[in-house]
Amino acid sequence: MICKQREARVHLTQIDQGKIKKVDLCEQCAKEKGVDDPTGYALADLLLNLGAPTESTRSTSTVTSCKSCGLTATDFKKSGRLGCPDCYAAFKEILSGLLESMHRGTRHIGKRPGAGRPPVVASDQLTLLQQQLAEAIAVENYEEAARIRDRIKSLKSADGRVLSA
Amino acid sequence: MKLHEFLPVVSQAVGRVGPNDWVVLSTRVRLARNLRSNLFPDRAKKNDRIRVCGIIRREVEALPQMAGGFAESMESLSAFEKQTLVERHLISREHAMRGAGSALVLSKDTSLSVMINEEDHLRMQSLKPGMQLQEAWVAIDEVDTALSKTLDFAFSDEFGYLTACPTNVGTGIRVSAMLHLPGLVLSEQINRVIQAANELGLAVRGLYGEGTEALGNLFQVSNQRTLGQKEEEIIERVGKVVNNIIENEKNARGLLLQNNPKMVYNHIGRAYGILANAHSISSKETMNLLSLFRLGFDLGFFPGVQRSFIDELFMVTQPAHLQARFAGKLSAEERDIRRADMLREAFRNVERPSMPSDPASSLDKT
Ligand SMILES: [Zn+2]
Ligand SMILES: [Zn+2]
Repeated sequence: MICKQREARVHLTQIDQGKIKKVDLCEQCAKEKGVDDPTGYALADLLLNLGAPTESTRSTSTVTSCKSCGLTATDFKKSGRLGCPDCYAAFKEILSGLLESMHRGTRHIGKRPGAGRPPVVASDQLTLLQQQLAEAIAVENYEEAARIRDRIKSLKSADGRVLSA
Repeated sequence: MKLHEFLPVVSQAVGRVGPNDWVVLSTRVRLARNLRSNLFPDRAKKNDRIRVCGIIRREVEALPQMAGGFAESMESLSAFEKQTLVERHLISREHAMRGAGSALVLSKDTSLSVMINEEDHLRMQSLKPGMQLQEAWVAIDEVDTALSKTLDFAFSDEFGYLTACPTNVGTGIRVSAMLHLPGLVLSEQINRVIQAANELGLAVRGLYGEGTEALGNLFQVSNQRTLGQKEEEIIERVGKVVNNIIENEKNARGLLLQNNPKMVYNHIGRAYGILANAHSISSKETMNLLSLFRLGFDLGFFPGVQRSFIDELFMVTQPAHLQARFAGKLSAEERDIRRADMLREAFRNVERPSMPSDPASSLDKT
């Protein structure tokens, strides 16, 4: 039991590297830790939570926070959750050991999103096009600039809708 | 349309059949996806969650698979409606706690369910009756492929699909089967089976509770690893283990009937007696007794009964479904009384169990 205050109702067992680990939680603690949903939970998160750092998380990383979302390494170790897709690059060092112990390998070999250039979310595409427009104007390629301007116009009229590139 | 007008009635929802559904109640494949350049739901501000939810919801609703389906923001659903969805296995408990900026899209037959802004931007699942892992995978793979044409998923060559929790990264896949294993529990072999599955990298959890305390002898088997393996390998591995557990359950039942038929008869006879005659019964006791009743049905002791009748009782005796029958909020004591009333009524036409003189013969029926 974590809080040792209420009756433990959520019991979790997992065999990890030949050792049985048991954790008993009251409903409230389980909810706070998000472990009351049996499908979306793995003990590794919880162990991170309990302040039992693995070898890899103990090794001090030079990166202390993710530039994109501001999540710190401490935040991550506390919650076991990352803040944004860029966190994977930011905390790569901490993650690599963790992923190795959690998974079957550390490299993805499964499905990939649709072949060819991936589609772009409207807002990102807008930034990209505005950048291209500025570049086109800078090199006085007005034909290209006009084409980009048209695309920006159509993108804006789509009201944030997602477009395929 | 209100959720309750949309959801199939319970008898229809549980009446669907599938391979080996005497053990495998349902199989599910779930994929986790996120949009590139957007903070994960728990890190994002409310406005961003609402924006992302809008973008995704539009694309999901436009899928041909969702024609005639149901879409709603989580803040527009009542606590009672959310609980009903949890009891139907259509959303996670975690999603039921969400509000503004999260949404749900269900296909017409509810076999596809897409949770928007749960722990990840997208959690999409395909739920099938019986042992249909491959079918469930094909269905959700199609949805994912279609969505990847209009949504830019966060993906890295090294780590695959990027998820809020590193336990889901890579394929983002969770393959699971919901199993009814009274034979393995009664013969005290369940812990051995759980351990063997754990050693193969699979998690086995009580659907409600754990180990031998699992209510209704219902267990969920699922993969834990998502990175470094192909989706097909993960599905095959879970499928192999589940098929193995089915065989084990069959053998356990056979051995029990051979070595200790009176113990089995006693359990089933008593379960029938209480279900048919109690005047107050908790949800916990109900599930455990219905499990024994279901076992009795599998063994051919209740020839006049349909399996869907039992599975319907499993569902309608759950709190939200019970509440739906009796408008208004019920206290726990009132619920136990209403539950017993409902069970006595349902059991009025169920004949007493008829145990065969040759116990082993009943096994052929499964
Ligand atoms: Zn607690
Ligand atoms: Zn980040």
